[in-house]
Amino acid sequence: MASERRLRIKTLVMVLAMVVCANAGDLLLKRGMSEIGAVQLTGAGLAHAFWLTVTNGTIWAGIFFLTGFMVSYMTVLSWADYSYVMPAGAFGYALLTLMAVLFLHESVSPRRWVGVLLIGVGVLLVGQTKPRTTEVTSEAVA
Amino acid sequence: MTRVILALAVLILGSTGGEIAITYGMKATGEPARLRPRALLQFLGRALRNGWFWAGVPLMALSFYALLVLLSWEPISLVIPASALSYVVGTLGAKYILREQISAARWAGVLLVCAGVALVAAG
Repeated sequence: MASERRLRIKTLVMVLAMVVCANAGDLLLKRGMSEIGAVQLTGAGLAHAFWLTVTNGTIWAGIFFLTGFMVSYMTVLSWADYSYVMPAGAFGYALLTLMAVLFLHESVSPRRWVGVLLIGVGVLLVGQTKPRTTEVTSEAVA
Repeated sequence: MTRVILALAVLILGSTGGEIAITYGMKATGEPARLRPRALLQFLGRALRNGWFWAGVPLMALSFYALLVLLSWEPISLVIPASALSYVVGTLGAKYILREQISAARWAGVLLVCAGVALVAAG
C-alpha cells in the first residue's frame, strides 16, 4: 500500500533526525563543558560556571540540537507506535560506536561489536514491522 | 542490594512511564498537518497544552534523579546495561497501556536491541 510505504519512510526519516540530533547535542555539550573546564562546587564557582555556560556558543549549539531531538521525538510519536520508535532509536548506540572508530580511532572490544551487531539486526527486525498499529484518536481527527 | 533494585525500578518505571504518558499525549494531539515550520509550531503549541505531556515530564525527571543516585552507588558499566531492561518494560507498557500490537518480529527485535545495548554499554 502506497500510504503505508509513505508512513514508514516518514517515520524512519524522523527516527534518523532524532538519533543525529541526540548524538550531535550530547557531543557538543561535552565539548562545550570541556572548554569550560572542571566546575568548582562553591557558590562563586557555580555562578562563574553558569556565566561561562550561557555565553558559550558550543553549549548553545548543543542545546539547539537537543531541542531538535525533543521536537522530532514528539512529532514521530504523534503518528508512530512507541514500541516502534523506542527500539529503532537504539540505532544511535551503534552509530556512536561506528563514529568513535572512524573519526576518533578508538579501539572497540569484541563484546561491544557483538552488541552493535545485535542492535543492527534488532532495529532491522523492528523497522520492517508496521509503524502504527493503533487507531487514530477522535481528538486527532477533530 | 535492595536499595539498588529499588532505584533501578524507579529509573526504569520512571523513564518508560514518562515516555508512555508523552506518547499518549502526542497521539491525542494528532500529527502535524504538514512538516513545515509553521505547522510544526502550531502542533507543538497544541502538544504543550496537553496534560499527559506534563504528566510525563516529572516522571522522566524522577528517572534521571534515580540514575544520578545509582551512579553514585554503582559503576556506570553496571547501571547502563541494567537500564537496557527498559526496552522490554517499555514494550510491555506499549502493549498493555497504549494497546499497540506487538508482533513476533517486533518482540524479537526489541529483545535483540535490549541485549545489544547492554553489551555496548558494558564496553
